[in-house]
Amino acid sequence: MSIRATNVTKTFGDFVALDDVTVDLPTGHLTALLGPSGGGKSTLLRIIAGLDTADSGTVEIEGVEASHLPPQKRNVGFVFQHYAAFKHMSVAKNVAFGLEIRKRKKADIDAKVKELLELVHLSQFADRMPSQLSGGQRQRMALARALAVEPSVLLLDEPFGALDAQVRKELRDWLRRLHDEIPVTTVFVTHDQEEALEVADEIVVINHGRVEQVGTPDEVYHQPANDFVMSFLGPTTTLNGSAVRPHDIDVFNQPVAGPAVEGTLTELKRIGFDVRATIDTAGGEHVTVHLTRTHADERGLDVGQRVWIVTSAERRPVAQTGLA
Amino acid sequence: MRADRRTGAGGWVLRGVVVTYVVLLVAWPTGLVFKRAFQDGIDTFFSSLTSPDVQHALALTVTVAGWAVVINLVFGVAISLLLVRYRFPGRRILSVLIDVPLSVSPVVVGLALVLVYNARDGWFGTTLATWGFQVIFSTPGMIMATVFVALPLVVREVTPVLEEIGTDQEQAARSLGAGGFQTFWRITLPGIRWAIVYGLVLAVARSIGEFGAVKIVSGNITGQSQTATLAVEQTYQNFDHQAAYAIAALLAFTAMLCLIVVAILRPKEQH
Ligand SMILES: Nc1ncnc2c1ncn2[C@@H]1O[C@H](COP(=O)(O)OP(=O)(O)O)[C@@H](O)[C@H]1O
Ligand SMILES: [Mg+2]
Repeated sequence: MSIRATNVTKTFGDFVALDDVTVDLPTGHLTALLGPSGGGKSTLLRIIAGLDTADSGTVEIEGVEASHLPPQKRNVGFVFQHYAAFKHMSVAKNVAFGLEIRKRKKADIDAKVKELLELVHLSQFADRMPSQLSGGQRQRMALARALAVEPSVLLLDEPFGALDAQVRKELRDWLRRLHDEIPVTTVFVTHDQEEALEVADEIVVINHGRVEQVGTPDEVYHQPANDFVMSFLGPTTTLNGSAVRPHDIDVFNQPVAGPAVEGTLTELKRIGFDVRATIDTAGGEHVTVHLTRTHADERGLDVGQRVWIVTSAERRPVAQTGLA
Repeated sequence: MRADRRTGAGGWVLRGVVVTYVVLLVAWPTGLVFKRAFQDGIDTFFSSLTSPDVQHALALTVTVAGWAVVINLVFGVAISLLLVRYRFPGRRILSVLIDVPLSVSPVVVGLALVLVYNARDGWFGTTLATWGFQVIFSTPGMIMATVFVALPLVVREVTPVLEEIGTDQEQAARSLGAGGFQTFWRITLPGIRWAIVYGLVLAVARSIGEFGAVKIVSGNITGQSQTATLAVEQTYQNFDHQAAYAIAALLAFTAMLCLIVVAILRPKEQH
């Protein structure tokens, strides 16, 4: 395990930001810390980096007990949401910073900076000041700067949070490719479930200072450990008292064998290729179903019809709610 | 964003009032000082600055202001860092104390220093005197008085900039391997350098012009503990008006030069 946080607790006054958190993050993986804002993700990341200290608990990095090491001794790269560019230094100087601190030879530094700027596609901007770069370029510079010191782990706190949707999407695809190229252990914080599902090898879901679940994107999405994870990772609807994903339900306009639920189709919304159906069941539930357009057309659905709904057989059902 | 407002009648009246006010209060009197200083020609101006007492006063002002500015640079930056980057009990009180020199009359500052440091019955001065170190009626006391009155200038320029640049860059430097001092030297200091320059220029202007506190602390002995501002008063009272106006013009010119330097530097800040 590359990063191991054990029983980490952190309070701010009376407020418990992290409550006895234990996580193991494997070497070489791209891990997302995912959760709603205020859940303690940044606090955990900063404690791993040594930028904050835990009230109790330990942090191990690459097998080294790091709890009492200052940040500069932990060999971690940290990327901030708002870039934290060194405003008075050129792009190349920013990237060179960690190497200059380490007193590397000038020629080695220049070579490394050149290589990294190529990697992040900023070679032609080497002599610009950070203020002359766009947000996305600044964040790539910050990434190159963090990678320059060859950190054993790379920590990114909402790295794309300050960018607009288009750039954010580009950069996260790029981060994924970069990680495949240079598989340094990487942990990034995000509150965007789509971002986590798309990019990460592994997701740690954090809420109210506690770890709710650790697993692959598939696991946390399809086998959520509890209602919170279920609803945080994607849309849910209630069927027979259980939380179900709306696209895990199939709709028929005639009776089907097995445990189908009968109801009335009350609404049919077409949003591009998606179709959202609402079915009021005999039990008084309003079930939302997501279908593709093709699928909906095949089934010949219409508002006012009697329909029978079943949860898709191959998809896993789903944690029970308190109602069941 | 700048409001693109047409100047209406009200605007013109306001302009007139303000311009008249500034002319009557600042520009005209200051201008007259220069006029009087140079009315007998440039040679007279310079020769009135060459008497040994005046020369000594000017040199003493340079010494006192120089030391005061250096001390305020070091402590001003240190205090700013303490106020902005650290949370500790008494921080608010310290912040208020820094502003005391702005509100308390320099004369009071002078008297207070005399109380503490005079060699006869000063609270601390007697001890210093037994070690052979005289504060009051000598240069150290004058430097202290000047440091005191100019104390807030560097701090008040630097603290807002420190707040604004935040700690992200410093934390990034730490995570990249920089220690505390390296982070300060390579990241924090360049971030606040212009604020420091402004603070220093203001401190220079203030230090050169200090009168009340220095007068009380120095004892005002001509040719010995008399600074330029004190020499202006002395020469004026001795009816050597030419010398008084010449020194005054020199002081005013230096102060204005400082302000011009600031005005030229300021826009560079927003690159
Ligand atoms: N320096 C601090 N002082 C006081 N409260 C803080 C501080 N840092 C974080 N918190 C609180 O701790 C909680 C968790 O914060 P954070 O780790 O930033 O959450 P997240 O990154 O998941 O949004 C928040 O409620 C926040 O207000
Ligand atoms: Mg956060």
